[in-house]
Amino acid sequence: MSVITYRQALRDTLRAEMHRDENVFLLGEEIGVFEGSYKITEGLLKEFGERRVRDTPIAEEGFVGAAVGAAMLGLRPVVELMTINFSLIAIDQIINHAAKIYGMFGGQTSVPMVIRTPGGGGQQLGATHSQNIELFYSFIPGLKVLAPSTPAEAASMLRAAIRDDDPVLFLENLGLYNTKGEVPDGDDTVAEIGRAAVTREGTDITLIGYSRMAMVASQVAEKLAEEGISVEVVDLRSLRPLDRETIVESVRKTGCAVVAEDDWLTYGIGAEIAASIQEGAFDWLDAPVRRVAMAEVPMPYAKPLETAALPSPESLITAVHETLRAVGRRVG
Amino acid sequence: MKGKNTTMTEIHMPRLSDTMEEGVISSWQKQVGDKVSPGDVLVEIETDKAVMEYEAYEEGFLVKQSVKEGDTVPIGAVIGVLGASPDAAPEESGGAAPAPAEPAEAPAAEAAEAAEPAEAPAPAEPATAEAGAPRTRTSPLARRLAKEYGLDIDQIEGSGPKGRVVRADIEAAAKQRETRPAAAQPAPAAQPAFDDGRDSEEVAINNVRKVIARRLVQSKQEVPHFYLRRTIDAEALKAFRVQVNEQLASTGGKVSVNDLIVKAVATVLRRHPAVNSSWVDDKLLRHNRINVGIAVAVDTGLVVPVLHDTDKTPLSEIARRSRELAGKARDGKLKPQEMSGGTFSVSNLGMLGVDSFAAVINPPEAAILAVGAMRQVPVVRDGEIVARHTIALELSVDHRAIDGAVGAEFLKDLAEVLEEPMRIIL
Amino acid sequence: MADTAKPKGGGTARSTGGRRRSRKDAAPSIADEQPKTLLEYYRQMLLIRRFEERTAQAYTQARIGGYCHLNLGEEATIVGLMTALQERDYLFTNYREHGYAIGKGIHPRRVMAELYGRSTGVSKGWGGSMHMFDTETRMLGGYGIVGGQLPLATGAALAVSYRGGDEVVMCQMGDGTTNIGAWHESLNIASLWNLPVVFVVINNYTGMGTTVEKSSAEPELYKRGSAFRIEGVRVDGQDVLAVRDAATDLVERARSEQRPFLLEAMSHRMKGHSVVDPAKYRTPEQVEEAKANDPVASFESQLLEAGVLTEELKQEIADSVRDEVTDAADFAENSPHPDVATLFDYTYATPVANESRRMPADPVFAD
Repeated sequence: MSVITYRQALRDTLRAEMHRDENVFLLGEEIGVFEGSYKITEGLLKEFGERRVRDTPIAEEGFVGAAVGAAMLGLRPVVELMTINFSLIAIDQIINHAAKIYGMFGGQTSVPMVIRTPGGGGQQLGATHSQNIELFYSFIPGLKVLAPSTPAEAASMLRAAIRDDDPVLFLENLGLYNTKGEVPDGDDTVAEIGRAAVTREGTDITLIGYSRMAMVASQVAEKLAEEGISVEVVDLRSLRPLDRETIVESVRKTGCAVVAEDDWLTYGIGAEIAASIQEGAFDWLDAPVRRVAMAEVPMPYAKPLETAALPSPESLITAVHETLRAVGRRVG
Repeated sequence: MKGKNTTMTEIHMPRLSDTMEEGVISSWQKQVGDKVSPGDVLVEIETDKAVMEYEAYEEGFLVKQSVKEGDTVPIGAVIGVLGASPDAAPEESGGAAPAPAEPAEAPAAEAAEAAEPAEAPAPAEPATAEAGAPRTRTSPLARRLAKEYGLDIDQIEGSGPKGRVVRADIEAAAKQRETRPAAAQPAPAAQPAFDDGRDSEEVAINNVRKVIARRLVQSKQEVPHFYLRRTIDAEALKAFRVQVNEQLASTGGKVSVNDLIVKAVATVLRRHPAVNSSWVDDKLLRHNRINVGIAVAVDTGLVVPVLHDTDKTPLSEIARRSRELAGKARDGKLKPQEMSGGTFSVSNLGMLGVDSFAAVINPPEAAILAVGAMRQVPVVRDGEIVARHTIALELSVDHRAIDGAVGAEFLKDLAEVLEEPMRIIL
Repeated sequence: MADTAKPKGGGTARSTGGRRRSRKDAAPSIADEQPKTLLEYYRQMLLIRRFEERTAQAYTQARIGGYCHLNLGEEATIVGLMTALQERDYLFTNYREHGYAIGKGIHPRRVMAELYGRSTGVSKGWGGSMHMFDTETRMLGGYGIVGGQLPLATGAALAVSYRGGDEVVMCQMGDGTTNIGAWHESLNIASLWNLPVVFVVINNYTGMGTTVEKSSAEPELYKRGSAFRIEGVRVDGQDVLAVRDAATDLVERARSEQRPFLLEAMSHRMKGHSVVDPAKYRTPEQVEEAKANDPVASFESQLLEAGVLTEELKQEIADSVRDEVTDAADFAENSPHPDVATLFDYTYATPVANESRRMPADPVFAD
């Protein structure tokens, strides 16, 4: 067991998968000579050469589409999009092509590719570089969308994504790259796509998150335990398919839930979760489902504004307290 | 210089309880043009807890009632204006006067609940009344659990936001019920044999009837009743009623003898807290609120609507509420909360000519007062036989909670108050 | 068509009536061809013509739904291009691809059945007119989004290059596609990475109704490869032999040189943009011009003139083609509709937990 960063877990996994399968190759902007905008691919060009670690021009539609075409012929490209914001330039290739080719042609060819890309705000990157738009892809049948929150999950889920025959959008987060966690040495676990995980058991309230907010949820649960509040944390891990069963099972146990999401509330991921809860746990709900999400504004640059706009551990705690008060608990 | 016509004092909706956010104008005790002195009751205000009298702090004349009876406004809203002279015209829509604002949240349901019709409800329109009845707020989980526990969720008071019944409330209710001994279950009857030589037929009964039957059996089996009888001289009471009703004539209000007795009971209970109690699960509970129930005979049986905080409720309001609740009881429209929380009951069969009777205690209350008919009878007074109006009272008491002497003291006090009825309201 | 030949090498562009490898820069002549070959081209062109006419008819009979774009007027280009490809070569096209599908070797029955939306269709009824795909003949898809196929074809060529294969990818598109971002990004990448792909622009002078001059600042589209140092060639798309020769040349050079190339085929659309387009934006003169440039009629009279085709043979071929098209339509008509039970068969290639298989009125949770 080693304690490594999320970044290191990704890099180790990419390297191992490239050794394992000759068909796996990387392409993206500045991933080779520059070693990646966030240094995920550090050292890989040196190790594997230009054929397998391919710097692309700044042409997201072109190189994402090229990855789709290469995947149609059986390669397993792993694309890095510098941030999820730039996926918008490639969205036609992702949604109209990668997600459609298997179904549109009656299952004759699959598209075994991975698009790795970080979302997230909080780095003062302003309106166009701080978005969390994984919803766009989570909406699309034919795509699989993964959002790991820990180094171990990042590794096992990236393995699953690369070995899967469908296009996978693999959501990373700027705020997670430096977080550390235990990863078993020589780990070759392959996560099951489409499964959420109860990462902490509790009885009073269910806290649901994914990616960075799953991590924040765990921290908040720890803190609330000191107040005697028993929080169950559900890490969605897979945004599509969505594991409604695990969510609902938890809420049926606790009777109330708070959803934590880094994206915007209106029509956001949390809206889907809340809808699923009312469908699957209506008779178990003791309070309305509460959502904690980013303020609905283009992300401002100035730090105090940015901080105010983002969901924080404190905002989660407030929502948990208020929800528990609504079911008759004396808290806070 | 004072007394200028332009001097106006606004009266604001007061905060009359710790949790009060808004209040209902229950009734105006001063009409436009009336002279108002400090200490006069200006208006009765229904808060979330009780109906409260609100007195004037200043002298003047009521020149405007900004909020009409039955309407709900938040704390601080202008409800009326005092002027220096009866004909002073209040300034319309002065900048300082907030409009009788809609309460910030859920105004419709709450207002509908709080707003009592100014007149006795017209029984001709049941559908409308039905539609206006607010639904008990419950969480889906609470509803499911109530069903599983076999509890009537409408009988349970909610502790959640805006009184929402949540899981905790159901579980508390279930626990409370568990600790209460269950009524003895009659052995399941064999095949009903109605050809029993008496030409019998089964009469359909509803759940209310069954509940009444079960509770009466429970009461008579579990509660050790004892009975105290006393006949009061009702001459003064009769005269007092006439006097009160003369005063109330202008407002259309009317007070019955029973209303006077109910108010007297509440007043006396305040001095005898031991009687305002319950024996529950080997525990003696003393209730700080005085909620007197009034037994009302209805087609389906007997129901006991409750006048909450009877001791704090003005006589005129008791009269109005009693009539209203009795009407609702007969129409089957009593809300659950209007039948729960009683601490003492009054049952009056006098109007049916009954001289006196012993009533069955309504658990978990510890006493019930049976009131007979007012009759003119010959009594010995100062050695002379004279004709006097009297009423026979009989108090049924739960001996577990109340000892004989305690009950007797209460009855004695009650009799004295009724015979000197000014004390009812003092 | 004027010869605007430029010096060879990176970034050159030539316009030519077509050429054969043996006799460079000379227009191909019927006299130099085998009659059997010529008759086969003629038959293929006529088959596409009759097939598309039958398609139009079936569309008006509501046997075919959705959008439906026909290859009428493009027959010489299609047969020329498909002749240039080896069986192992890959083809990507846009949404006007029925003729290409047939030309690449897919049985007309399967193409018509796809138009009818039947399970025997080339894409099992999942694609329709715009989305024909066949692994066996390496027709890697018609694509409905303008320009969508360019990055894909580039990526397919990348896969070939990655594996050191000798297949070539041909990527067909319309003239309007040369203005979309994917065009620039794909040609740039293909050239940077030396990928064996031939981009073929079918220039029929109009997008839907907007002319090339109104949409492209450089209306001589074959020149637009020069920005990426991709050699471009313009060819008369009405001349099957010229197209064949030009395409063969570029395909084989792509194969041997591992470079991308650009071919612009000047073509005519006989009818509107799609079956439902009355094409009122065309002047009578333009319609006349298109008719006069009918590649099938023109090739037919050339063959008759050269004595390759006789009236009897012509009738024989016409009957045979008619029968084949009738057979395709009958096959389609009599084929089963896809079973609704297969609705969830093609969402994911790798089965996955919690995949939604809910029908519209189904509750999310059954209990």
